[in-house]
Amino acid sequence: MTDLSRRQVILASGAILIATPAAARQAGQPATSSQRWGLLIDTAKCGAECTICVDACKAEMGLGGHDRPRTDAQYIRKVNVRDPASGAAHSVPVMCQHCAKPACVDVCPTGASMKRADGIVLVDRHICIGCRYCMMACPYKARSFAHEEQTGQQPHLPRGKGTVEGCTLCVHRIDEGKMPACVEACASRAKGAMLFGDLNDQSSEIAQRVAREATTRIRADLGLEPAVRYQGI
Amino acid sequence: MLARLLLGLLLMVSAAAAIAAELPQLPKARGEACIDSPATMRRDHPDMLKHQRDDTLRLGIRGAKASLKECVSCHSTQAADGHAVPVNDPGQFCQSCHAYAAVKPDCFECHATTPKAPMKEAAR
Ligand code: SF4
Repeated sequence: MTDLSRRQVILASGAILIATPAAARQAGQPATSSQRWGLLIDTAKCGAECTICVDACKAEMGLGGHDRPRTDAQYIRKVNVRDPASGAAHSVPVMCQHCAKPACVDVCPTGASMKRADGIVLVDRHICIGCRYCMMACPYKARSFAHEEQTGQQPHLPRGKGTVEGCTLCVHRIDEGKMPACVEACASRAKGAMLFGDLNDQSSEIAQRVAREATTRIRADLGLEPAVRYQGI
Repeated sequence: MLARLLLGLLLMVSAAAAIAAELPQLPKARGEACIDSPATMRRDHPDMLKHQRDDTLRLGIRGAKASLKECVSCHSTQAADGHAVPVNDPGQFCQSCHAYAAVKPDCFECHATTPKAPMKEAAR
């Protein structure tokens, strides 16, 4: 049998999946700008009490806390908003928005805050000096600082004292052709409010829905062009 | 003259013996063979890892020959009760040699020191 890539198998099978998994790159190949990973979050399907995505993220990333919610690391959080005029309430999962023009990258004095070719914004903790400029610059409050010595890290997510961290969009999973942990958990254990995919791929479900339906980006006025879009707010 | 020579020889032998006695005792690796010869690994592993870390993180190139994750999964040991012993615990693979060479690597301030732990799913 010839070696088929995961993508070819999916295409050949003619399967239409509810959430399209990413095409895994060949080992040794760098990320390319032909892809732009993003999320579409349908807030109508997101319950106010539900924290399945947050819990899945903590488990995946090995984020243990110190029972100090104000400073404990969080890559994704639930923000409950309410319009005082109409009383309309929404619960919105907010994580790093993986901006096309990330403010954190602009302000970082060392180059530790960086954007990968496929749009994923990361902190290179090998060179982060912990100045926290990026935390100040981020309008989405998406980054955390590790105040304590860390233990029990997951092999795919090194994290240590004195450096800044944030949602990686589960880059270790994406590179294997899998979905982010939060998206997978929401699909299997909640109502599937999150859709992950390649915004550059016109045949992907996320690109088609973004083209077809009304979606918003939070604080779109800032012009950072996030890769995370919301529906219903 | 002969006595002096003998004494010198004796000193040398005992010094060598002292060094040999102090050589680090490393736990055996799990895998078949390392990615390169022991001599190369001893000398070059910091450069190997430093090279690939930037490629992996910044360019997204996965599956490099040298990988800290692989070092840990091959060279970590299990305690009698079955739990994994961190590679930087005293007497373990990384720590015993680094203690001997008086080098303190900061890799393990951030990187996992045991192979992947079973994921504890908080909400099911
Ligand atoms: S804390 Fe680290 S990543 Fe953030 S701006 Fe400073 S050096 Fe850059």
